[in-house]
Amino acid sequence: MSIRVELVSAERRVWSGEASIVLARTTDGDLGVMANHTPTFGVLVNGVVTIRTENDGDVKAAVHGGFLSVSDNRVSILAEIAELGTEIDVNRAKEALARAQREAADDLAEARAQTRIAAAVN
Amino acid sequence: MGAQLRIYRRRMRSVKATKKITKAMELISASRIVKAQQRVAASSPYATELTRAVSALATFSNVEHPLTAAVTDAKRAAVLIIASDRGMAGAYASNAIKEGDQLTSLLKSRGLEVDHYLVGRKALNYYRFRNRPIAASWTGFSDNPTYDNAKEIADTVIASFLQETGADELHIIFTEFVSMITQRPLAKRMLPLEVVESSKPPADGPLPLYEFEPSAADVLDALLPRYVESRIFNALLQSAASEHAARRRAMKSATDNAEELIKSLTRRANAARQAEITQEISEIVGGADALASATTGGE
Repeated sequence: MSIRVELVSAERRVWSGEASIVLARTTDGDLGVMANHTPTFGVLVNGVVTIRTENDGDVKAAVHGGFLSVSDNRVSILAEIAELGTEIDVNRAKEALARAQREAADDLAEARAQTRIAAAVN
Repeated sequence: MGAQLRIYRRRMRSVKATKKITKAMELISASRIVKAQQRVAASSPYATELTRAVSALATFSNVEHPLTAAVTDAKRAAVLIIASDRGMAGAYASNAIKEGDQLTSLLKSRGLEVDHYLVGRKALNYYRFRNRPIAASWTGFSDNPTYDNAKEIADTVIASFLQETGADELHIIFTEFVSMITQRPLAKRMLPLEVVESSKPPADGPLPLYEFEPSAADVLDALLPRYVESRIFNALLQSAASEHAARRRAMKSATDNAEELIKSLTRRANAARQAEITQEISEIVGGADALASATTGGE
């Protein structure tokens, strides 16, 4: 059994396809969604969402300001900003992290950069 | 060359140069409309999913939220006008501004005070010139807005909406992109949110009974601002597409006019050249005649 997944950011559809399980972290804790999951709507914390496909391995994405909605064997992950791990330029993310750490006040940017690196490296 | 002919040639040269510019602008806008339309289309899955989620929430939970609660004795309204940064787009900016003026007088007739939030230099200049108060303004992205721009605007207006003394209603004026030929300025009420529930049932069956994590109220808290942002983002994108379409049309008619002008100037220049030649011939003939009669008379 597989489940249909749509990962959409505010500007475009980032990824869509079939998956066996979707792993995400909501404000309540980690959540794994498989086929025939009960309709759920959750607020995601900024972090990495893993979409485990049956044939092509894991798809990882950095998600900021997102929601997860499950209904009818469909998972929609909505996010203000969503990037696939494969699309992230690790060097640039590291630079952004270093910059954010220098400017101590910018916690948000720092968290963002860390998420991006985590999604890209794994 | 006669003076008349020289004047015509000079005017033709200047019209031709203008035509080159307008033609280039027409082509640039034409290519940007397509890109802007694609961006509208690309952002629609997010908007659709978000709308679906908000309707589901509104249907299955009776959670009160300040963004959806209608104020019975509204005192202050905010109007967000989306116009363009640059001109050369026909009546695009002034149509949006006019729509804003109409809405403003309507709101004032209901006894509301109206705050104006402006997007685009054209709107800003219009209000500055008339010394009208501006609550906030944003410029520099009207032809290519990003989600961050929408977020910035949404944050400002939501903050004003949530303030005790702030706005009780928020209206937005943008230009709907109907087609390449038709763009329509539209006024819509954004806040308090009327969750749009279509009259016909959604194609993929009734809305599911969701479980909310962590709770319906918390989800609503996080979701509604995103919903406003996404609506503003959509309005910005549509306005950008409309701006390019309006500019393309304006530049197309400017190019057509220039062609027309060049044609009529060419005709007049040709006539002037002919007249000059005719005059020269008659002068030569006249001169030869006079010379001939002078020599025969002398004999």
